[in-house]
Amino acid sequence: MKVFSKTAVALLILTTAACTNPDRFGGGGLDGQAAAGADAQIAGSASDPTSPAFFNQTIGDRVLFAVDQSTITPSGQAVLDGQARWLLANADYRAVIEGHADEQGTREYNLALGFRRANAVREYLVSQGVPANRLEVTSYGKERPIEICSAESCYAQNRRAVTVLSFSAITS
Amino acid sequence: MKRLMTLLLALFLAGPVMAQDGPLRLTITDGVIEPITFAAPVFQAETAGAGQVADDISRLVVADLAGTGLFREIPSGAFISQISSFAQPISFPDWRAINAQALITGAVAVNGDQLTVKFRLYDVFSGQELGQGLQFAGTTAGWRRMGHKVADAVYSRITGEGGYFDSRVVFVAESGPKDNRQKRLAIMDYDGANVQFLTDSSAIVLAPRFSPNGDRVLYTSFESGFPRINVLNVATVGRQQLATAPGEMAFSPRFSRDGQSVIYSLSNGGNTDIYRTDLTTGQHVRLTSAPSIETAPSLSPDGSQIVFESDRSGTQQLYIMSANGGEARRISFGAGRYGTPVWSPRGDLVAFTKQNAGRFHIGVMRTDGSEERLLTASFLDEGPTWSPNGRVIMFSRETQGAAGVTSLYSVDISGRNLRAVPLQGGASDPSWGPLQP
Repeated sequence: MKVFSKTAVALLILTTAACTNPDRFGGGGLDGQAAAGADAQIAGSASDPTSPAFFNQTIGDRVLFAVDQSTITPSGQAVLDGQARWLLANADYRAVIEGHADEQGTREYNLALGFRRANAVREYLVSQGVPANRLEVTSYGKERPIEICSAESCYAQNRRAVTVLSFSAITS
Repeated sequence: MKRLMTLLLALFLAGPVMAQDGPLRLTITDGVIEPITFAAPVFQAETAGAGQVADDISRLVVADLAGTGLFREIPSGAFISQISSFAQPISFPDWRAINAQALITGAVAVNGDQLTVKFRLYDVFSGQELGQGLQFAGTTAGWRRMGHKVADAVYSRITGEGGYFDSRVVFVAESGPKDNRQKRLAIMDYDGANVQFLTDSSAIVLAPRFSPNGDRVLYTSFESGFPRINVLNVATVGRQQLATAPGEMAFSPRFSRDGQSVIYSLSNGGNTDIYRTDLTTGQHVRLTSAPSIETAPSLSPDGSQIVFESDRSGTQQLYIMSANGGEARRISFGAGRYGTPVWSPRGDLVAFTKQNAGRFHIGVMRTDGSEERLLTASFLDEGPTWSPNGRVIMFSRETQGAAGVTSLYSVDISGRNLRAVPLQGGASDPSWGPLQP
């Protein structure tokens, strides 16, 4: 899926249940899902405020964390306020919040740390009124860095929690 | 004899001491690093067509023994005597003259796909056979196991300790760039031979652990997008997933000593604690209840205690509690952070990963936290696992930077004999299984 650059992915037309940000891990992103998502349901470029592209790019799909921390920073709160407003306005979307850690830690601890970060984001969004049943959390620990240098400039980008939208009407 | 016992009890630091009088005996202790010298003439081929496998097995026995750092081969070019038959009397002066302390002779016979290997071990300086001749039978396809068994027997007779050569390691085979790494569960012989993949690369897999008898492997899989625990049957490669409630994340699984339960981490609402689930009944018990991260459990050999890591003090540290949970006592107090504790098979030591001042180390400490020793140092070392005899530790090492790759290394518990496990491609998260029957 290298054919899709990050911007090209943002312009893709998305479909039911396809994750709307397949390139979120960097590198090749998720195999196949971007292509599978090519039949039209919701059109929208980053300039369309109801589009996932707007969510991912204009609002920002991620917040970053300090070393070993899971506290939402003030700038993170501003991003999450925007995410919460968008999710409230676009009730047909669910989200999985994916927590990540940098490579400076042991594998299993980093899984737990990523989970703690993802959960901090979920709790914040719920506190802003987003129904809890629309938000799931997971953690990739240090398994999916988006920047790959072994320096703080990269680590800072990898200590993140990314809100990944999926289009799926809530049934209950 | 009293001195010998003292040495045996002295923390099992590696490094041979050669008894100057009495039978050939390598007592593994600290301070002396002069290896035992041995000669291993190519094993006799006793049937037509056994020549190649006899050569291969001889070379493997040498590689196993020399690879420990405790033994040094006298090359065949130095030999005065030649061995032309397994039954031939040994001319000890010829082996003493080239300073071989031990002599290993062997013979190999092939009948169809059946292979028979026999060997004798001699203490050259006392002119005695050390133990009785032994014979192993198997298949030609399993010739490596036969070689490992010979080497295990030699190792065991000279050191008085169990061997570890006829054992397997389950690990994660890695390929691809750091930001799109493909991971597959794989199994290999302890020396990197006979790699077999147990899963494809469609989902991230992490941190496998062998069952006590080596029949099954527990690991964490992202098949569902959420970390879940799988149990894989090594022989059939069939697998099952542990039931986990929606919204929960399960990872860091280890078998109980009887292989009937799983001790693991469960995350719920951002908090991670340690639980035990019975694999037959599905009944589960919560073992820790703290708002901090509790993970990486490891049972003591008698199954009565669990060492684990927790950040309840603010940073990752090691704690020990009863296998049924309850109060935990902290055992790590040095500078830096401690994780991934693994109880040694002998019960006296805990191996761990230590992170301090931007470096990672593999180390060992006693179970009361005393006598901490760091065995390695690099940009990123982690995830120790013990050889079946508690003498060697295998771990993952990742190199720095965008092109960083992960490889497996082993080191003995004195910190000597650091070696890369020869594998094609990246590898991480080793779990060393038991000696094979």
